[in-house]
Amino acid sequence: MTPALSVIFFTTASGAGYGLLILAGLLAPFGLTPANRWFGLAAVLLALFLASAGLVASTLHLGHPERAWRAVSQWRSSWLSREGLAALLTYPPAFGFLAAWFLARGPSAPMAACGVLAAALAAVTVFCTAMIYASLRPVRQWRHVLVAPNFFLLAGFSGALWLAFLSRTFHAASVLPSALALFFGLSALAVKLAYWRAIDRSKGESTIETATGLGRLGRVRSLETPHTEENYLLREMGFRIARKHANRLRFLAVLVGFALPIVLTAAGLACSPAPALIIALVAAMLALIGIFIERWLFFAEATHTVVLYYGRPA
Amino acid sequence: MTSLPAREPGAKKLGLVIDLDTCVGCHACAVSCKQWNDGGHSAPLPDYDPYGARPDGVWFNRIHTYETSGGAAGDGAAGRTVHFPRSCLHCDEPACVTVCPTGASYKRAEDGIVLVNADLCIGCKLCSWACPYGAREFDEDERVMKKCTLCIDRIYNETIPESERVPACVATCPAHARHFGDLGDPTSAVSKLVQSRGGFDLMPEMGYRPVNKYLPPRRNACTAAPLAERPALPGSVAERLLSWLDRALSL
Repeated sequence: MTPALSVIFFTTASGAGYGLLILAGLLAPFGLTPANRWFGLAAVLLALFLASAGLVASTLHLGHPERAWRAVSQWRSSWLSREGLAALLTYPPAFGFLAAWFLARGPSAPMAACGVLAAALAAVTVFCTAMIYASLRPVRQWRHVLVAPNFFLLAGFSGALWLAFLSRTFHAASVLPSALALFFGLSALAVKLAYWRAIDRSKGESTIETATGLGRLGRVRSLETPHTEENYLLREMGFRIARKHANRLRFLAVLVGFALPIVLTAAGLACSPAPALIIALVAAMLALIGIFIERWLFFAEATHTVVLYYGRPA
Repeated sequence: MTSLPAREPGAKKLGLVIDLDTCVGCHACAVSCKQWNDGGHSAPLPDYDPYGARPDGVWFNRIHTYETSGGAAGDGAAGRTVHFPRSCLHCDEPACVTVCPTGASYKRAEDGIVLVNADLCIGCKLCSWACPYGAREFDEDERVMKKCTLCIDRIYNETIPESERVPACVATCPAHARHFGDLGDPTSAVSKLVQSRGGFDLMPEMGYRPVNKYLPPRRNACTAAPLAERPALPGSVAERLLSWLDRALSL
């Protein structure tokens, strides 16, 4: 599948934003983050900024962005519609959470209610994003049981890294967010490695024989294609990436997106506050870049059954 | 609404039956389809750089040609060349419809035809990702998705003669390889054709339950007797020459 940069940016940025909102919403009401009202303002606004920037970017790949509002109407059947609806529904409790935190200057019942609700809706949004891909049968690398856990863990990982950075910014200890970042980071890495191993070893259930139904006559090969130039189908769904390039990018994603942020986060726990602040920022930025590469590969390595008709493997 | 309509068993299911035995791969269906639909329900069907180095455009029919190895041995002795028209199959379980976030894609309750309302389409392309068969193509000019309409503007068109109320691809096929009818009715001509010829679904494992069916190439449809086994003509050379002369003169 051809990597769409706006969609890759959207899933990366909004994943981090919703991850931060989930963690803040679940931790702050129970006194597990700094209670400082300005910390609350910074955390919730950063989360909403990342999520909103992603949502706006995602409309850029639409043919008719001005009609994007129509996309919330078909939540009964469409994961894309559910995602849009859940994303919009997350805003009111998120702003309620922010207001309760900022005005009450500490944990309160309304803050807990809004925080937990915002976290739940943010989690639903991330799940819907993953299900847009995981529900597509023609793309075997997407219709995989590890896709949704991957999206969740990466949201938690990048969210925890930003929470650790914000805690350091407000001169607070970052042990809990750092520990969460290490947990999510290592889990996400394990899931991603298992995912790559799985898609490398599996073959699609569909073949050129089942696609044409000519398997009854023996093995089938494409003799002549319908057109000489690439058409929409091949441009959109016929993206090919060389094994060598994919392996290099996987290495880069693991290094930049997982290994370095994890090592830096662990090192930051042992540092004095000033370097730890810088380290936390670098770790969060590296993770975003690494996850962007990982998400690009998620598209580039995915194959669609339509290319079977053109005699290519899927 | 992109939720699928509730449909009774036996409800009308309009679709095509494509005979891979008689298709000669002439692309007439594709051209005729392009011509009709360039002025029909989903008009226009754009062409990009049509006379340039890299011509491209939106087509609802794409004609592939395949070669089969022939039998389990795969030695090519019984190999076949098969022309293969590919278009929307108007599936019973069209995920292209259910993934649509806006309600632009829909399956008609009355005849099962899958259509796009271009006024509602936001051009997210998700439906084209959801179709295993590559039936949907994006219109880069109008920025909306387009697809086969089963010539909805012909089959119900009371301003054209009744005999022409079939999809353009069916009307034009010189080999009569394309048949149109109600596949929900087991007594219809197309349903009987599918039954008698062993019509099949494409990629049944995907679970989309296509309405359109394909008829397999017949096995050994025209085997010539080996030359050596032909009986020798009776009579001497002179008798045969006279007999030939007699036939030639009596024409």
